[in-house]
Parts: sequence; structure tokens; C-alpha cells
Amino acid sequence: MNSVFAKRRARLLAMKAIRDNYVPEEKLMTCPRCGKEHERKTVAQNLSVCPECGYHWPLGAYYRLSTILDPGSFRELNGKLPAADPLSFPGYREKQRAAQRKTGLTEAAVTATGTIGGAKCVAGVLDSRFMMGSMSAAVGEKITLAIEYAAKNKLPLILFCASGGARMQEGILSLMQMAKTSAALARFSDKGLLYISVLTDPTTGGVTASFASLGDIILAEPGALIGFAGPRVIQQTIGETLPEGFQRAEYQEEHGFVDAVVPRAQLRDTLIRLLKLHEKGGRSA
Amino acid sequence: MSERTAAERVALARHPQRPNITDYISGLFTDFFEQKGDRLCREDPAILGGIARYHGRPVTVIGTRKGKTAEESLRCNFGMPSPEGYRKALRLMKQAEKFRRPVITFIDTSGAYPGLEAEARGQGEAIARNLFEMSRLTVPVIAVITGEGNSGGALALGVADRVLMMENAVYAILSPEGFASILWRDASRHEAACELMKLTAKDLLAQGVIDDIIPEPDGGAHEAPSLAIREVDRAVSRHLAALQKENWLAPARYKKFRKMGAPAKEDP
Repeated sequence: MNSVFAKRRARLLAMKAIRDNYVPEEKLMTCPRCGKEHERKTVAQNLSVCPECGYHWPLGAYYRLSTILDPGSFRELNGKLPAADPLSFPGYREKQRAAQRKTGLTEAAVTATGTIGGAKCVAGVLDSRFMMGSMSAAVGEKITLAIEYAAKNKLPLILFCASGGARMQEGILSLMQMAKTSAALARFSDKGLLYISVLTDPTTGGVTASFASLGDIILAEPGALIGFAGPRVIQQTIGETLPEGFQRAEYQEEHGFVDAVVPRAQLRDTLIRLLKLHEKGGRSA
Repeated sequence: MSERTAAERVALARHPQRPNITDYISGLFTDFFEQKGDRLCREDPAILGGIARYHGRPVTVIGTRKGKTAEESLRCNFGMPSPEGYRKALRLMKQAEKFRRPVITFIDTSGAYPGLEAEARGQGEAIARNLFEMSRLTVPVIAVITGEGNSGGALALGVADRVLMMENAVYAILSPEGFASILWRDASRHEAACELMKLTAKDLLAQGVIDDIIPEPDGGAHEAPSLAIREVDRAVSRHLAALQKENWLAPARYKKFRKMGAPAKEDP
């Protein structure tokens, strides 16, 4: 009984988050790439893509799901999984609370079931506004539970990745989430099910070195930074400036690590197409 | 034995005379045959691997290699592997599975190499693939952290049934210097970071991340390398025997990593 209310509450919160993202104020926003000013509303109607230069703004987790899932099909999974502080790290609880207030999320990952073009699937999103989408124990656990749910119910899995890397404040447990999520994906894959990973700006560190790179199909949003080490660290290591476009989605496509760079406006249709090509959850009949 | 601080252990773990992979291979194994190359594009000397006999039985041995001389260090990139190194390691592990040999890995690395070519050839993908494949390898895997085990670069050889750590070894998401510079934008505060990071063998045993601590001679492994190697031998042979006795199965490894960071109420 309680879970019914919890689900309903989660859905209402999600809808609120979607509305909040659409704030139709007259306020202008400046594109960080081309520097042009646009009305917030225009940008929102364009899926937060700059109408001028095609820059893709980061999307909040619930908003991202609303752009992908069929309306009304969203059901959050493990929305109540609490944020953890395994090392009792000084100042960490305050940081988490600040991020929670800022984003309305409990942690950096949101996972859900829903349909895309009528096809049932499990979808997960990392939200870069929550401590840079860094990998905490709660993020790893939510992603793993989503993978296991998809495996159990023979559903395809789609994960939207965005991460600055490890969650420093959780120490080694953050690192272990890489092994945990990858191991869960190995079991998922052994069942012959489809996993599509969508790399968004930025996907780096431990997330790149685990589930982000393990998709049967890997898509990326235009211009997304994708790499293991961040550009600053690489520059410090090699002592020279990095080439133009280094580690961007197009670079990764050229180097063989991304199947396709897909603009946000075409993402949903691309996913519908791919899911149709893998009907019955993955294995063709 | 007096308690050392975490920062002292970091210094010991990085001691230039600390036994390295070549010492462990010559001390613990016989008939070592080195296998080179990832069969895709390159041989990465930062990872050493091959077939050897352990107490008479064929096993696959893989480990990160730090050099002891300047020349050797340069050749193996100070123990920082490139994607080719991880892909070679994976190739050897899959081969071990084919021939039903246990896998023993030795970890001592400051991390995966953060270079331009390493990125261009998919450092992240190489590590991810190793985690994925190691988790379902159908032969027993034992990992020994002998010095520093930093970041995904260490974990890429560490998804094992038993993770053993030497008394003065450290295991963490990244170096204390990197930790301090990311968190406080000040790498010089690394000593403070060492304490906070909980990176010593004792801390990690308490967190359930490792399975056993291998004692070291007073003053550290470099003071009496043969003693240290003997202790490693005792621990590895004991754990390997136990795995075989338990009628070991791959799902046990999955369960072990599945529990890490799961909320307490869901622990079985």
C-alpha cells in the first residue's frame, strides 16, 4: 500500500521537475559556445539545444526522461534509495544536501521503467547537476538495481551517462561501483538482452571505464566530452596543448568508440528504431 | 608492531626498492614464459604476463610492472599501463580460462596512463572491458596488491575471488596528491588526504573490499624481500587451496562485488 503512494509521489515530483525545467520566463540565456543570447523558452522548446550553433545544454534527469519516454509511461525505480556517507567524510553530508536542494534529486542517478514508441524498457540517467554526476555508492547501486530489474524482466536497457568521475568523498567504494555495475552488465548481456548507452556531456572517469563503454550500441550527443582522464590531467601529463576537438563525441566516433553521434532532436526516434530492431528484449526470435 | 600512519604506508608502498612483479615472479613461480602483445597493435611493457608453474601447477600470472632503474622505469612507463596493456591482460585471462588455469595478478600502479594516445585508443573502454570479462571468468582469480593500487587502472586487474593486500600496500580511487588537488585544489595537502581516504589494508579489510592482509617484515618489504615473498606465497597458496576446496564457482565472485556499497538492509 505504501509503495503505491511512494510511486504516485515520485511521479508527481517528476512532473514538477519537468515543469520547473521549462520555466517560461522572459529571461535570456547565453549559449556558452557561440555566445548568442536566446530566450529561455525558445531554447526549452528546442530540447535545450542552441538554435544558432547546436550546442547541447546538459539536461536534468527527469527532463531527459520526459524527452525520451512515452508520456505517462514513466515509473521510477528505487527512487527512495538514500545517499550514503560511508567514510563519514567531513562536510560531505552538507554537500549532498546542497545538491539535493539544488536539483530535487536524492542522488545523481534516476532510474525508471517506461515505454519508448510503445516498447517497454528500463532507462537510467546520470544528472551532471548533482555533484557532477559522480559515481557514488548510491549511483552504482541504483544503476545495478536497474540492470538487474531489466535482466529479470527481460527488458532492454538504456543508460544516459554524464559524469565527472569518481565520488571522492566515498573513497574506494566509489571505485568498487565500477566493478559492480560492469559485473551486473556481464550477467545482463549473458541473457541476450540489449543495452544501449548514450554518452552525454561530459562522460569521464570511472563511468567511462565501466558501464558507459559497455553498451551493445553506444550513441553520443554532438560535442559531448568523452574520455577516461580529463583534458586538464592529460595536458599536465604530456605538457603540450591538446588538439582541437580532442575527446569530443565526433573524435570518439572517428576513433571507433561510438557507433553514432546523434543530435538530441533525433535521439528518441533513433532509440525507437533500435528497439524495434531488437524486439523481444534483444534476442531475435 | 607499532601502528604506522597512512602517509607512512603510502611512502613504503612507493619505496623504490620494494619488491616488484619480476621479484615475485622469480620468487614464487618456476618455468615462467612471458607472453607479449595485445594481438591488436602493440606490446605494453607496463604490464607483464605469461604462463608459469605455481607449486608445480600451471597458472597465468599478470601484473603491472614498475622498473627499478631509471631506464627500466622509462621503458615500462613507471608502471602506468596503456589500453594495450589491459587488452593483453584480458587476452591472457581468456586464455587461462580456455586451459583451465587459475589467474594470479599482482597490482602496483599509480594508475592507468593519462596520455593522449592512451585516450585515443580507448583507455576507458579497455578498463571497462576487463571489469566486465573478469567478473565472469570461470577460473579462480587471486589478486595481490603489492604496492600502490590506484584508480580504475588497478581495479582492471583486481576483480578477483580473493583480493589480498600487503600490510603496507595502499588501494584507493586515486593518488593522495590527486585526491587533494581535486577536492581542495592543493596537492600539497596529500598527507591529510591519506588519513581521510581510508586506503590502508586494515581500513579496506574493515570495509570488506579486500579479503586478507599479508604481513611484511619490520621496516617494510624492501628490508627483507625474500621474507616478504615467502609471506605472499603462504597467503596465495592458502587462498588458492581454499578456493579449490570450496568447489569454487564463478557466481561467488559476482556476489562478492555485488555487495559493495549496497545499503546495509539488503545484505544477505
